[in-house]
Amino acid sequence: MEKKLIKEETAVSTSRKSFNKKILMQACQDALYKLNPKVQVRNPVMFIVLIGSLLTTGFVLRDIFQGGENIYFTMQITVWLWFTVLFANFAEAIAEGRGKAQAQALRQTRTQTQAKKIVKNKPQVVEAASLRKGDVVLVEPGDIIPSDGDVIEGMATVDESAVTGESAPVIRESGGDKSSVTGGTRVLSDWIKVEVTANPGETFLDRMISLVEGAKRQKTPNEIALTILLVGLTIVFLVAVATVYPYASYSGVSISITTLVALLVCLIPTTIGGLLSAIGIAGMDRLLKRNVLAMSGRAVEAAGDVDVLLLDKTGTITLGNRMATEFIPATGILVEELADAAQMASLADETPEGRSIVVLAKQKYNLRERDLTKLEAEFVPFSAHTRMSGVNLKDTMIRKGSVDAIQKYARERGNELPDNVKSACEIIAKSGGTPLVVVEGSKVMGAIHLKDVIKGGIKERFRDLRQMGIKTVMITGDNPLTAAAIAAEAGVDDFMAEATPEGKLALIREYQERGMLVAMTGDGTNDAPALAQADVGVAMNSGTQAAKEAGNMVDLDSNPTKLIEIVEIGKQLLMTRGSLTTFSIANDVAKYFAIIPALFSVAYPAFGVFNIMRLATPQSAILSAVIFNALIIIALVPLALRGVKYQPLGADVILRRNLIIYGLGGLVAPFLGIKLIDMLLVVLHLSL
Amino acid sequence: MITDSLFFIVFFSLLLLMAWPLGRYMSKVYSGEKTVFDKIFSQIGNICYRLAGIDARQEMNWRQYASALVIFNVLGMIAVVALQELQTILPWNPEGLAAVPFGLAFNTAVSFMTNTNWQAYSGETTMSYFTQMTALTVQNFVSAATGMAVAVALIRGLTRRTTKVIGNFWFDMVRSVVWILLPLSILVSFIFMQQGVVQNLSPYIAVDTLEGGRQTIAMGPVASQEAIKLLGTNGGGFFNANSAHPFENPTPFTNLVQVLSIFLIPTGMVFMFGNMVKDRRQGYAILAAMLLLFTLCLGGVYVSELYGNPLMGNLGVNEPTSMEGKDMRFGINGSTLFATVTTAASCGAVNTMHDSLTPLGGLVTMLQMMLGEVVVGGVGAGLYGMMMFIMLTVFVVGLMVGRTPEYLGKKIEAYEMKMAIIAILFPAVTVLFGSALSVVIESGLAGMANAGPHGLSEVLYGFASTAGNNGSAFAGLSANTLYYNLMFAAAMLIGRFGVIIPVLAIAGSLAEKKVSPPGPGTFPTTGLLFVLLLAVIVLMVGALTFLPALSLGPIVEHLLMLQGITF
Repeated sequence: MEKKLIKEETAVSTSRKSFNKKILMQACQDALYKLNPKVQVRNPVMFIVLIGSLLTTGFVLRDIFQGGENIYFTMQITVWLWFTVLFANFAEAIAEGRGKAQAQALRQTRTQTQAKKIVKNKPQVVEAASLRKGDVVLVEPGDIIPSDGDVIEGMATVDESAVTGESAPVIRESGGDKSSVTGGTRVLSDWIKVEVTANPGETFLDRMISLVEGAKRQKTPNEIALTILLVGLTIVFLVAVATVYPYASYSGVSISITTLVALLVCLIPTTIGGLLSAIGIAGMDRLLKRNVLAMSGRAVEAAGDVDVLLLDKTGTITLGNRMATEFIPATGILVEELADAAQMASLADETPEGRSIVVLAKQKYNLRERDLTKLEAEFVPFSAHTRMSGVNLKDTMIRKGSVDAIQKYARERGNELPDNVKSACEIIAKSGGTPLVVVEGSKVMGAIHLKDVIKGGIKERFRDLRQMGIKTVMITGDNPLTAAAIAAEAGVDDFMAEATPEGKLALIREYQERGMLVAMTGDGTNDAPALAQADVGVAMNSGTQAAKEAGNMVDLDSNPTKLIEIVEIGKQLLMTRGSLTTFSIANDVAKYFAIIPALFSVAYPAFGVFNIMRLATPQSAILSAVIFNALIIIALVPLALRGVKYQPLGADVILRRNLIIYGLGGLVAPFLGIKLIDMLLVVLHLSL
Repeated sequence: MITDSLFFIVFFSLLLLMAWPLGRYMSKVYSGEKTVFDKIFSQIGNICYRLAGIDARQEMNWRQYASALVIFNVLGMIAVVALQELQTILPWNPEGLAAVPFGLAFNTAVSFMTNTNWQAYSGETTMSYFTQMTALTVQNFVSAATGMAVAVALIRGLTRRTTKVIGNFWFDMVRSVVWILLPLSILVSFIFMQQGVVQNLSPYIAVDTLEGGRQTIAMGPVASQEAIKLLGTNGGGFFNANSAHPFENPTPFTNLVQVLSIFLIPTGMVFMFGNMVKDRRQGYAILAAMLLLFTLCLGGVYVSELYGNPLMGNLGVNEPTSMEGKDMRFGINGSTLFATVTTAASCGAVNTMHDSLTPLGGLVTMLQMMLGEVVVGGVGAGLYGMMMFIMLTVFVVGLMVGRTPEYLGKKIEAYEMKMAIIAILFPAVTVLFGSALSVVIESGLAGMANAGPHGLSEVLYGFASTAGNNGSAFAGLSANTLYYNLMFAAAMLIGRFGVIIPVLAIAGSLAEKKVSPPGPGTFPTTGLLFVLLLAVIVLMVGALTFLPALSLGPIVEHLLMLQGITF
């Protein structure tokens, strides 16, 4: 699974490179479009910069016509203020770029599909756009499935690459958990009848397009809270800078409005203000790259907060299926005899468990597979009633099944389970395995050890999660004994055995009652209530429509392990926000050291002592601060898009590391940057 | 210098030794747990409830709590105005002092109601004994109790889960006054009386001085008002000279008792916080941040005053050179400690002329008020003010651990952020606006005693003091004008209720939330790192906001002083 992921990512990144130029061009263009005040006002911090830029532009125009003292200086400041706004717009535009490209591709699949609607038992060709909930359509090989729906009849292989990017076809059939189909995917073979479950404009594909496009992107709760903080800081600095004017006039210091605008723009948190929405979009995009579709940004944030992960045992913690690992013969029976009987009983058993018994017998005891028809044997499939399967031969019957079922079967034939088989079964169960007992005629042959195979690396994953303070809970239908053993082997913190959908729901509520946030994955219709209740509910794309609607994320790869990555992406998103906010605020210290001496040292030369960067002239100091302020936005765009480095560590370690990099770094970097820019300005004779 | 340091260490040790048990006691008082004094106090409390017809067990949501608080305070303010206007016909006015002019009476009423105790008047020539006792001293008690109640309500918001109610305002008020403020005040006033603070209702005494002149010596019930002046971080002196007056603060020993009294309850409340949230380390962390900032400030004032004014040294004045405005009784150490404590704790009592502090010494005292009065801070107000900065710290820094911000398991979301920002923003903006306006308009400039940067410092200090509900004055400013009376009254009201109401709103919103249990993935709000972060955030917000203003005030004054230019 891991390998597959990496492969996909490289595929994405190569396709990205070809996009890059186009996206860049598009982003530059969009940065200009976004100058529209209606768009700007969504971002209050940058809106202030826009007003400042307009103001200084006005001064430049006035000075051109009326002549002014520092027209060259005002002009430079103005240019850099505009760049500040444009850089912030560009950051947002480039973050949106990839989504836009993908949305375009998706839109193409949606256009002009025709559907064979069943009217009075006869198919009739209609426009896909005319389909409503409850309509039934026939889809045949080569047809594009016109809308989301449930298969009510038939079975077909479907190419879902348009949605998932995965080219291997999947099987969709009526009944069970594989009945949902997505509009825009293509049937490759056979036919299905689909009952439409979405009206036009509400289909999965429609939602996906609007999500990746980010057109209707809502600010997430934490983003709103952070914006409030940034607006608060902006107001404080606005007042602090506005009051400099009266203070200065009282003190007999003359200060131009342009300088004050420059001071204001430097102080307000433009770095984080300019990058905030890019960070949010990039977070969604990172999920998208891993083929996870978040229905809301809120869900991504919640993922970072998750305290408890409910993980399905099968597929997440263990490899999908149990495997036979050992034959334990009853007293007086040779192990080869047992293996032979077990293999015979499993020859026609297509379940993975059955296959693994055949394989084990072959590998360990060199027993070849035999042809059942030649033996004139009759296969008895597993039924819920008997809870056994086996084979009827000419002279005898072989059965394999659970301990209880076989005990009953043997008793009916006047026999008992031998003690050593009983105790072997108990040992197997205690170790987390599942015992199967094989009986030939009335003779109990022995037990088979079926074992859950824990996925490689999953134990380390859980250890990391524990370090991050996230509790893992394994959900399984197994009995408590088996569950406990597997839980111990996999290293999860807790488990829920004999889980039912109601039990899951109750467990989620219990954790939430204790103030914890819960994440889970699910695919079946009976998972839907729990998915809806969970703070982060990831539905498998292979799952039912109900599950997909209940969850707030859909994993297009249907890989339950991805829940862990989703949590990591959520955390990374929040970390990036916090780090850049800290960086942005820490920057202000250096900017004050650049600008305050520049403001007042003309009137009070003694202020020169605070010019610790030894900037060339007051003008160059202010200009350098403004230029640094603009350039830092662009310089941090890659970080905003990529997210800060994430490691699964405890909060205190992460905090210390990020504080050193972004707090201390934010304090020091502008001192160096501003000094460097000042030196450049002097060299280029722009310092005046 | 070594003896001075020892003196400071003695101060800190005594403070912590007394505040710790007080914190435990207060947490019991507000939780309604049994205390040893319940037998007497419960009876007094019940009389209060019965007289007012209050059911103290009836819990309130934050809006009810806030309205009860505001109505109670406004009624108190009206009473104070009325008592000042009617003092000519009321008893205990041996000097026959006239009714107080309305502008001044309003300013004074607002000032005492908001726990500011800004005094645009001289006590001995304006207020009758009756006014001092029934109007001003009563407000000293209830304004302090108001601050304590708000802090307790906020703690309840932090500790309760999924409820709307945050306690009963009347219960908290009665508990604060009867269980805490009254007994402590009685104790401290006895110490003062023993040391020579006067306590009588006699007319002023006229005496012949040694030089042959005649002097009127003011009298009054000083000791009883003095104790609550300090314990409630009120700061309004009985006399104009405040704690520099020998009848208010006669000896170095009373001086130590006074500074300890100022810090006692605010410090105790932080310990109480730790007890009430069932994690004492949370309280220790906050206190450590406060004391760290305080130590820095104390060091700043002390070093600056010790270094003094080089210009005086050049004139041949013996060290120390900055004794102008300081009392020989208290010396540099007693004066700087008092000045730093009183501005840190939003008390406003003074034993030193702050106008005469060195420019940097004045800067530090001013800055402490500009930081939002959270360096220890006023009774209750310091704790809830600091909580706003904790919200800010937790928000900015907490995100860096990859979780949405939380404090004590409560999520800090948009609503809390909005309210915290309002609580921090309102006083700061008031200081900036008020002072900027005053230095450009005629009625503002008229009040300044000095020109240049020192004049700006006076105005800045005045607004920082009133908006921060401190009440101490830089004294150079003639504040008893209609303009300043009204401006400062507005600043005091904004600085008080512009903080209290958002704080209560946060309390209400937090109470409704669930508590998520702390784990290795949550941002730790104890420990050295958090202490440093909190202190840095407080300093950064204050410094970044006021640096331009301070640059043109005390900073430039200091630079010019070094060049030999004074104002």
